[in-house]
Amino acid sequence: MKADPKNVLTGAHYLDGNHASAEGALAAGCKFFAGYPITPSTEIAERFASRIPLLGGVFIQMEDELASMNAILGASWGGLKSMTCTSGPGFSLMMENFGLGMMLETPTVLVNVQRGGPSTGLPTLPGQADMMQARWGSHGDYEVIALAPDSPQESFWLTIHAFNLAEKYRMPVLVMTDECVGHMTEKVVIPAAEEIELVERNFTKKAPGEAWPYEMNGNAVPPMLPVGKGYKFHVTGLTHDYKGYPVINAEAQETCVNHLMDKIRKHTDDIIWLEEQDIDGADVVVMSYGISSRVVQPAIAKAKKDGIKIGQIKMVTVWPFPEKRVAELASKVKSLIMVELNMGQVFYEMDRCARGQCRTYLCGHAGGTVHNPEDIYQTIKEAVK
Amino acid sequence: MSTKTAPPPVREEHPMENLLRMDRIPHIWCPTCGLGTTVTALAAALEQLQLDLNKVAIFSGIGCTGRVAGYLKLDSFHTTHGRSIPFAAGFSIARPDMKTIVFSGDGDLISIGGNHFIHNARRNMDLTVICINNFIYAMTGGQVAPTTPISANTSTSPHGCYEHPFNLPLLAASSGAVYVARWTALHIRRLTAAIKEALMKPGFSFVEVIAPCSTLYARRNKLGDGLSLMKFYHDNSVIKHGADLHEVDIGYQSKIIVGKFIDIEKPTYIQSMNEGLKKKFGDKFKPYGGAHGND
Repeated sequence: MKADPKNVLTGAHYLDGNHASAEGALAAGCKFFAGYPITPSTEIAERFASRIPLLGGVFIQMEDELASMNAILGASWGGLKSMTCTSGPGFSLMMENFGLGMMLETPTVLVNVQRGGPSTGLPTLPGQADMMQARWGSHGDYEVIALAPDSPQESFWLTIHAFNLAEKYRMPVLVMTDECVGHMTEKVVIPAAEEIELVERNFTKKAPGEAWPYEMNGNAVPPMLPVGKGYKFHVTGLTHDYKGYPVINAEAQETCVNHLMDKIRKHTDDIIWLEEQDIDGADVVVMSYGISSRVVQPAIAKAKKDGIKIGQIKMVTVWPFPEKRVAELASKVKSLIMVELNMGQVFYEMDRCARGQCRTYLCGHAGGTVHNPEDIYQTIKEAVK
Repeated sequence: MSTKTAPPPVREEHPMENLLRMDRIPHIWCPTCGLGTTVTALAAALEQLQLDLNKVAIFSGIGCTGRVAGYLKLDSFHTTHGRSIPFAAGFSIARPDMKTIVFSGDGDLISIGGNHFIHNARRNMDLTVICINNFIYAMTGGQVAPTTPISANTSTSPHGCYEHPFNLPLLAASSGAVYVARWTALHIRRLTAAIKEALMKPGFSFVEVIAPCSTLYARRNKLGDGLSLMKFYHDNSVIKHGADLHEVDIGYQSKIIVGKFIDIEKPTYIQSMNEGLKKKFGDKFKPYGGAHGND
């Protein structure tokens, strides 16, 4: 279905990434935002709060991030598309109930505008050091989807995409942006509503009394049951069966956890989104995501001038990780480089998937600013030796 | 050979079958736990009010009381420890056409969930919060709670509790709750009446239920079995409607002041939001009516 024109601020705008993300959410039909102020993400909440009253939804500033995460789950079950935004410390606080969202299979969107950590770290300066927390931050086994916009324009589109994936795969989806993208102001073109395709919630076709909340019905993603219509269903954060009833044994755990993982693992081809350039015949491939995928450009241009056969992959989705693609590339290139604003997180996934077939390099950075392209260039020089 | 014919088979039908998930019974609660009578009181309240049960949702956190949501045949959500209130708050905003009940324990709602409790009372979120107070963490084996009376023995206050407990009605009222009552699990009719009033009250209503925990609290403190503790609470309760809430603290095996303490009118969260935004935007603003309005 198409976006509702009333929600779409069609036109060319000069927006920062955070405002653009809020516009993406509104265009996607998000009607409920629960959040807690935290730099550098707050502008998303502020813009939503300012715009939503006349669009028929609700913004609520909760008492903390624990409450925010739970409120968006509750609102989603109530039938509203919902979201929150946060940064490092708030992301840590949301993790337990991010896991509840995974376990209950609840569509919602969480935007993390990353800053430097650990702890209070660098509230006003960028980092990409929550990437492994995004993957593993809540306890237990599950698979996540994380998108990494590199610009305000992408923040707009990827926020919409996150809502679509959340509905399609019935889960919380992460938009992992950073302070730099969040606060950089650029041209953002918001198209007409009919150019924005939205995925609507897949509700059961079965009648009350015949439907269960985790019944697969031949699909890896179970349809949701609507509230208030007599289904009188139960859902729990405990390990459960297809009925949503708690079952505390190893067999139920096996089925429940495998289901949560399979619904992503069996659809990685649909979910994974890579933007590749000059890969054929490359000796070295630079991988990066988010703001770092822009910072690598001068270094790659300089390397090309030197005659280095260099390709690049911008990971629009970081999770699920493109295991197959990296393994395949590793068999063809001399080196793979990961450029990220942390001391090595997604790098280790790349390294694991390369399986020793090529050399792997981390061009890391503790955050607080983006990389100096010269450092990336030096890593490239080292990698082609 | 006997000529007697076998008696006609008795159909075993639970009187609350329309409200209980019979496929989940027997429940996990201990004999003489106060939860049984309190769940019965809620079921009776829902029946007597003749509410459309399709339009009632229930939320619990973690603990013995946290299992309530799983036994009631309603749209029901078993959330994480302490978080049933904010989960329910998001739900209630999405579905103002539905009754949203939070049914959980003292540790869940007041200790780990304490911040959500006070803030959603402050907002006058349209929730009916039923809190089983058994003075102890029961599910995890009998640890000290923010409600444990001074000197009571628990597994983590093995030398007697020396922390001051919360006075829940005072906390609820001072945070902004519009309806506050306390009964024991043996005041079945009065408790049912209080739950009915709470359900019909728009805004944040709070019913505290003093309930025995036979397996841990009674045993550790040598207070007899659950039934005798239930009787003790009932017999030592003093009904005092509108009591000064500074005087309703509960001591170890002390008198328990029960009654309806607060029953006031105040706009709910959504009413206040609609009123505030109407003032700002005038006719441009269409009062918010929930996801239901988008059906």
